[in-house]
Amino acid sequence: MENFEPVIVAFCCHYCAYTAADMAGSKRLCYPPNVKIIKVPCSGKVDAIHIMKALEMGADGVYVAGCLDGDCHFKNGNIGAAKRVAYIKKLLDEIGIGGERVEMVLMSAGMGERFAQTATEITEKIRKLGPNPVKSVNEAKTAA
Amino acid sequence: MITAERKPMEELIECLRPYHRILLVGCNECVTVCSAGGRKEVGILSSALQMAFMKEGKTLDVKEITLERQCDPEYVEELVTHIDQAEAVMSMACGCGVQEIAGRFKSKPVFPALNTTFMGASERQGVWVERCQGCGECVLALTGGICPIARCAKQLLNGPCGGSTNGKCEVDPDIDCAWQLIWDRLKALGLEDRYEDNIAAKDWRTGRGGGPRKIIREDLVK
Ligand code: SF4
Ligand code: SF4
Repeated sequence: MENFEPVIVAFCCHYCAYTAADMAGSKRLCYPPNVKIIKVPCSGKVDAIHIMKALEMGADGVYVAGCLDGDCHFKNGNIGAAKRVAYIKKLLDEIGIGGERVEMVLMSAGMGERFAQTATEITEKIRKLGPNPVKSVNEAKTAA
Repeated sequence: MITAERKPMEELIECLRPYHRILLVGCNECVTVCSAGGRKEVGILSSALQMAFMKEGKTLDVKEITLERQCDPEYVEELVTHIDQAEAVMSMACGCGVQEIAGRFKSKPVFPALNTTFMGASERQGVWVERCQGCGECVLALTGGICPIARCAKQLLNGPCGGSTNGKCEVDPDIDCAWQLIWDRLKALGLEDRYEDNIAAKDWRTGRGGGPRKIIREDLVK
């Protein structure tokens, strides 16, 4: 637990968070390497099953990063994504994994600092929560 | 369509607790349209169940299959090649599908993952409303196309009752009074006179009052 390094999957929209990550890079801003970025054409493309599978495979936390309110390139993909995240949070609470492992965040393409700060905050939050409880069984399965 | 909702996870996990290998079977028809038991929901439930088991230090092997129609024996037959490997089946179809599987595979425990709710229509995306109770003797021709059996809380054939207020039903201000809707529609059609005709008492034997029903089409029976 002391050496616990969480694995976090971030589904980042091409039009905002992914570009913001790029911006963070060009500005030489540091953010934790725990965050694994998956580029998506719109946060609305992220389905409930993608979030569930990430957790089932052992991710300790997942977040979906979409455009600011009213700025979605596809009009309302970010709103749909936020609703799906809320649905998954409830489901995770129901099965005792804990909805707080999943978040929806919003940012614009120019917000390199916000990207780095969000990545840091979420990593710290998940570090405090501890490992995803499905992990130990997954690891035992892989070892067998 | 037939509408349904997923049961609480706790109930589903409890049903499956004694097992290690299950078949999780969805249906491509009504429950896909109302987002309760199609391929997508099968995937999500499968993942949730596996995680719930892993959290308890156990594993659940889930084989996911979504049939074209779970209420038709031709499609249920497709489970034949998988059934032996499973200790139990969880069905994400409406109650008809669950019973088809239970009838075909008599030695396998079958559990419903959904609460089958009503025959309805989509009001808008994500919202479904009850529209028909399959009474077996449709009166929509007399009521301007609005069903007093499914949509009036008291199933009045000659309404409204005294509780109708500002177009809303007395049982819940969020429910439209069916008889207000009927009157508005008859008026729009210029059929106010029809409202004066009393609708005769209904013979409920065509509905559930006569016990389970059956339709036999001699021209199709083999
Ligand atoms: S009158 Fe009977 S058959 Fe017609 S819509 Fe109502 S419940 Fe259904
Ligand atoms: S208020 Fe209208 S819908 Fe409600 S019970 Fe009375 S007649 Fe039926």
